[in-house]
Amino acid sequence: MKLITFAGPPSSGKTSVILKLVEAMNIASGEIGAVKFDCLTSFDNLRYQEAGIPVVTGFSGKLCPDHFFVSNIESAVEWGIKSGFKILVTESAGLCNRCSPYITGILSICVIDNLSGVNTPRKIGPMLKMADIVVVTKGDIVSQAEREVFAFNIRQVNTAARIFFINGITGQGAPMLARHLQGAREIEGLRDMKLRFTTPAAVCSYCTGEIRIGEQYQMGTMKKMEFKLPSHG
Amino acid sequence: MDKLLATVLSAPLSQILQQHPICRDFFLNLRILDINWDLPLMQALDLVDGEAISEFGLDKEMILRDFCDFLKTFGKKAEDSLAIKSVTILGGHGKTGAGEIQEFTVSIGEIVSIVGPTGSGKSRLLADIECLADGDTPTGRTILIDGRKLSDAERFDVEGRLIAQLSQNMNFVMDLTVREFLEMHAGSRLSMNVGKTIERCFACANELAGEKFTMETRVTQLSGGQSRALMIADTAYMSTSPIVLIDEIENAGIDRRQAIAILARKEKIVFISTHDPLLALSADKRIVISNGGISRILLTSDEEKSCLDSIEKLDATIFCLRNSLRSGHEITREILKGQEP
Repeated sequence: MKLITFAGPPSSGKTSVILKLVEAMNIASGEIGAVKFDCLTSFDNLRYQEAGIPVVTGFSGKLCPDHFFVSNIESAVEWGIKSGFKILVTESAGLCNRCSPYITGILSICVIDNLSGVNTPRKIGPMLKMADIVVVTKGDIVSQAEREVFAFNIRQVNTAARIFFINGITGQGAPMLARHLQGAREIEGLRDMKLRFTTPAAVCSYCTGEIRIGEQYQMGTMKKMEFKLPSHG
Repeated sequence: MDKLLATVLSAPLSQILQQHPICRDFFLNLRILDINWDLPLMQALDLVDGEAISEFGLDKEMILRDFCDFLKTFGKKAEDSLAIKSVTILGGHGKTGAGEIQEFTVSIGEIVSIVGPTGSGKSRLLADIECLADGDTPTGRTILIDGRKLSDAERFDVEGRLIAQLSQNMNFVMDLTVREFLEMHAGSRLSMNVGKTIERCFACANELAGEKFTMETRVTQLSGGQSRALMIADTAYMSTSPIVLIDEIENAGIDRRQAIAILARKEKIVFISTHDPLLALSADKRIVISNGGISRILLTSDEEKSCLDSIEKLDATIFCLRNSLRSGHEITREILKGQEP
């Protein structure tokens, strides 16, 4: 089975892009499945079902989505293999600009949209920096210049990735990437494979349910900001 | 050892910065705001807060490698503009499966208009060109560049840099002034002569736009016509993409004939989908689409060209009528004859 992981900020068009890619891959129903890692709620399972793609949705809830991803991805792959899929796609919403749900050796795709602001690529971090492929959506409604600057800023952060422009509504641009995906590596499991980047660290009192504010309630891994008073001159 | 690596290891950062001003961004992206530019990279990194670097999942060696990749990427992109000579459309089929024109080649500097009823497939043709169709779109068309099919690897490599697009639906979403906008675009082009290019581009946009705007106007506050004019000037002067696809820019209140002429002068191949007689006849050739397929290709005849001036007058009259209405005047027979009220 081939495993392809998708990540991207909420509403960047991950599900739309995946559905258009599946369409372009011309793959028989039952040969592809999807796993959606989300946070609180999601309606995308309906869209997968409409397209005849078996989907499992998991909600990270109060946990960091990346921790949630890495502790479930192996089972996801087992599910895919047992279901007899030829391709399994996973989809994770990157929320904190520190997300990077990618595995070394597994095709990793970051989806970001042109409406999110031209400097966004420079702020997203590992999710963009560690991706093999960057898909840019919603390019049909911004100016050519903004598309170019956006792509330039992606290049600044990730010099190696291939950039694809895909229209999530019409599917324009999807066939070319779909062809590229056919080359993804075959795997039999994920045991002992590694994440490309550490997940956000967090074992502090607030992780375990503390809600009170104040130094005396803070334990574990904490990071403090420095606040300098403005100088009066 | 690779020459670039040797330079990075020995030369002070300030020297590299002089050659590649863009490398300042490399450090900003890593939140390294104060680095000692007088030192070579590795020595300068020794003085930088190590924890901040580790938050990006990096160490000094990785930064060295990334920095070299960064310089390689942007050192290369600065010089290579994609020079092409022609685009060829190999016909596929229309909506009913009927065939279309077999082969049609457009050379650099040529303008081709695309006409046909709404829904006939004009945008589909533009989309086929945009994605360099390889028999893999609903029309089965194939697009050749310089007479040959690009390999998959080449198609991936151009990453959309071959084609610039302009359509009625496109807007500016950045909240910047015209000057900041142009500076930013020029910066991403790594242009050396930024100031001059910006001035030229701005002057051209103002010439095309009916109503004038300034460098300090915010791009989000430009009228439809002004933003279209700025996009066209920007495509002509800043974009290095040799192929320009335009989808329906009529009614924008800009000097369309001149806009087209400017793009053609810039040695580009321009395809315009349009219902506007002025635009359609300003082109050298026009593709007629019916029922999804290319049914005819017409050369703009001398008779048609000789009509252009009259069409432009008609167009100006309509423009006058519209302006009179907008400014609250009454419409008179004089305006209809083409006289200003």
